[in-house]
Amino acid sequence: MLRYALLRLLGAIPTLFLVIVLAFLMVHAAPGGPFDDERVLPAEIEENIAAAYHLDEPLHKQFIRYLSGLVHGDLGPSYRYRDHTVGELIGTAFPVSLKLGAMAMLLALVVGVAAGSFAALRRNTLLDRSVMAVAMTGISIPIFVIAPLLVLLLAVRLQWLPAGWSGNVGATKFVLPVIALALPQIAYIARLTRASMIDVLASDFVRTARAQGLGTTAVVRYHALKPALLPVLSYMGPAAAAILTGSVVVEEIFGIPGLGQFFVRGALNRDYTLVLGIVVFYAALVVLLNLVVDILYGVIDPRIRQR
Amino acid sequence: MKALRLGALLAASIVLLGALLFACSDPASEIAAESVLHRGLSSDPESLDPHKARSVQAAEVLRDIGEGLLAYSATGELVAGTASEWTISEDGLTYTFRIREDARWSSGELVTAPHFAFSLRRLVNPATAAFYAQMLGDIVNAKDIISGELPPAELGVEAIDERTLVITLERPTPYLLSLLTAPSTFPVHPGSIAEHGDAFTRAGNLVSNGAYKLDAWEPGSVVELSRNEYYWNNAGTAIDNVWHHVITQEMTELNRYRAGEIQITGSVPPDNFAQVRQEYPEELHIAPYLGVYYYGFNLTKPPFRDSPQLREALSMAIDRDVLVNSITGRGEEPAYSWVPPGVDNYEPRRFIYAEQNQEERNAHARRLLREAGYGPDTPLQIELRYNTSDTQQKIALAVQSMWREVLGVETTLVSEEFQVLLANMRDREVTQVFRSSWIGDYNDAHTFLSIMESGNPSNMPGYESGKFDDLMRQAADQVEPDRRRLFLEEAERVLLADHPVIPLYFYVSKHLVSPEVQGWGDNVLDYHYSQHLSLAPTAATR
Repeated sequence: MLRYALLRLLGAIPTLFLVIVLAFLMVHAAPGGPFDDERVLPAEIEENIAAAYHLDEPLHKQFIRYLSGLVHGDLGPSYRYRDHTVGELIGTAFPVSLKLGAMAMLLALVVGVAAGSFAALRRNTLLDRSVMAVAMTGISIPIFVIAPLLVLLLAVRLQWLPAGWSGNVGATKFVLPVIALALPQIAYIARLTRASMIDVLASDFVRTARAQGLGTTAVVRYHALKPALLPVLSYMGPAAAAILTGSVVVEEIFGIPGLGQFFVRGALNRDYTLVLGIVVFYAALVVLLNLVVDILYGVIDPRIRQR
Repeated sequence: MKALRLGALLAASIVLLGALLFACSDPASEIAAESVLHRGLSSDPESLDPHKARSVQAAEVLRDIGEGLLAYSATGELVAGTASEWTISEDGLTYTFRIREDARWSSGELVTAPHFAFSLRRLVNPATAAFYAQMLGDIVNAKDIISGELPPAELGVEAIDERTLVITLERPTPYLLSLLTAPSTFPVHPGSIAEHGDAFTRAGNLVSNGAYKLDAWEPGSVVELSRNEYYWNNAGTAIDNVWHHVITQEMTELNRYRAGEIQITGSVPPDNFAQVRQEYPEELHIAPYLGVYYYGFNLTKPPFRDSPQLREALSMAIDRDVLVNSITGRGEEPAYSWVPPGVDNYEPRRFIYAEQNQEERNAHARRLLREAGYGPDTPLQIELRYNTSDTQQKIALAVQSMWREVLGVETTLVSEEFQVLLANMRDREVTQVFRSSWIGDYNDAHTFLSIMESGNPSNMPGYESGKFDDLMRQAADQVEPDRRRLFLEEAERVLLADHPVIPLYFYVSKHLVSPEVQGWGDNVLDYHYSQHLSLAPTAATR
């Protein structure tokens, strides 16, 4: 088992290396540089700044410098946030994005599954129809429309919640972003759950369970819920991806200091090291998560381990 | 029947969500004893090291935590800062500053003349890689130090004693005093740089000499400042804490203002401007600002090289009133000069056609275009590049249609990401007409005119005029302000007659300022030191 994990980990190194090379080349190929501005610097000062950040070296030297830093766990200094290193920025931004994403995922699962099951049990009633109508609307309206509407209603008009992210408010600052991020997923999960629950409820083993005299609650809890959740579970992967990309938009709208926001700013400012650092970080994260999933598969299914 | 339990689960989760909505503490409850001013900041400062900072946003924070030899009042007048008084020699080359006896760092130590000398040398030291090193280019030996030919110790700055600082210039620079209000000339604390190196700007390490000191900086979120008890004018500082909230989206900022979370906005979104004007007529502050929005011509390539008539025709055919009234609509002023109005001791020259009405200008423009060799049989096709944004696009579309209707000139619009446009403007290979802007660094016509000197790196059109350069050089040698002003004004006249650029409009500053904030003053530099502000008693209830 350990050997399997180690082998997989070694196998990830070429993938990561390729990601780094490609990202490095693409970032540097973009026109403009990190210190360009309408206020063009005199040549001597431009040289001094380039020298301070080793931008005057040939590209391959810069790459080797970057790699050797990376091996030592150093993602380099940020060009735009000159008082901070990329490692620090990721270290403060990732927990924010993670919290936001995890809360949105949890909310989407709980509300989505509950609403979907409820609709399936009350199939073709007015309640079912209205839940599904709301879900359809949720899927169709993009986050960048929903989020400002939520802000206008709950923050500006009613003043129940903060309109944006700021240090002076507590947990309330999470509420609107989490809802905005979760809403489309709630809708999707509700529809998925409803469809699969209807299928399962119509299946033979449910009929058998009912024939044994079990009530609806028991049937759903002990027999129907688990199989009905399978499609939802396999949707978790895409949902995580959607929440990750959605969080870039939500972070922008609410001004949340998460990774997505730093990534977008980094790209616009040509903050080479920041963009590279976030790409490398995400790549490593994806590789690691895949590895964990593979190992879990191995735990569940011994045939995979033996291969 | 039992399906109801599932319904109960659903209900429970909604209740849970609701509880989450309401249970959390009230945002304002922490603010009770000490007054806090919440300001919007459109991006993070890149650095709180005054020598590494560059942006307007960094300067705004730095003006709260640091102080130069001089400063500005709330209404934009030059006033004494850390220097209490100064004298200027008759030839205008030697400035002697007296540092306040009670000027102290946030650590309680005295701010001394040697600290200023250390800081100014650090600014021009190539190893610092300061963006604004050239600002002090007129101090003796500064240019050679920046280019690495002389050691920083050779800078014409000397601390005669603990409280006397002498700055020696290579040529009279009448705007030196206004330069000495800029954050890049603020003193840095030598002891903490020696102790912490690059990390001296961190909260906990940073020792500063302004009205406030740094408590915390969460990148992308907030910069928190609190009162510097040792500041010489601490008694005159009303607000205890200042939080600069980093809010990149103007719309988000407006929403947060409406929700009462911030008391001063950095801007107002263009799309909501009319609504804001109606909603908050008393709180909206619009004031002229030292900035010009312009279209530049690439003068190194045809068709605009050697064709001043063509450039003039295109310039005349643009109806600026339409642009500022129907498109930008935030009180901007149509531009018929290069230097904005409101610059100290200066009267901007204007295009000769500024006195005509648009009909006359159009007729004149058509005549010029014919003289330049274009007409129905030889139509002109040009290209206009601008950076991707709603406002730029609308203005470009309007100009495109004006040029078509008035002159029959067909314009291709090319929208590019800002950094791409910058790279293209600098290369001068593919550009023909491009959109750009210039924001004044200090309150003097020189900050606008000097970028048009031959070889100035920010001279985007590639304008080269011996006559203009001569006038600028002569102006630089004048000690007498009124004589200098005549040379600068003449230089602007020459510049306008050559039409290297089409100034379209002058910017305005736009802020929403909550009624509880007192002491706010509109000024052309758009500087608003938090120490000049105070909060009305109602603030405590927010």
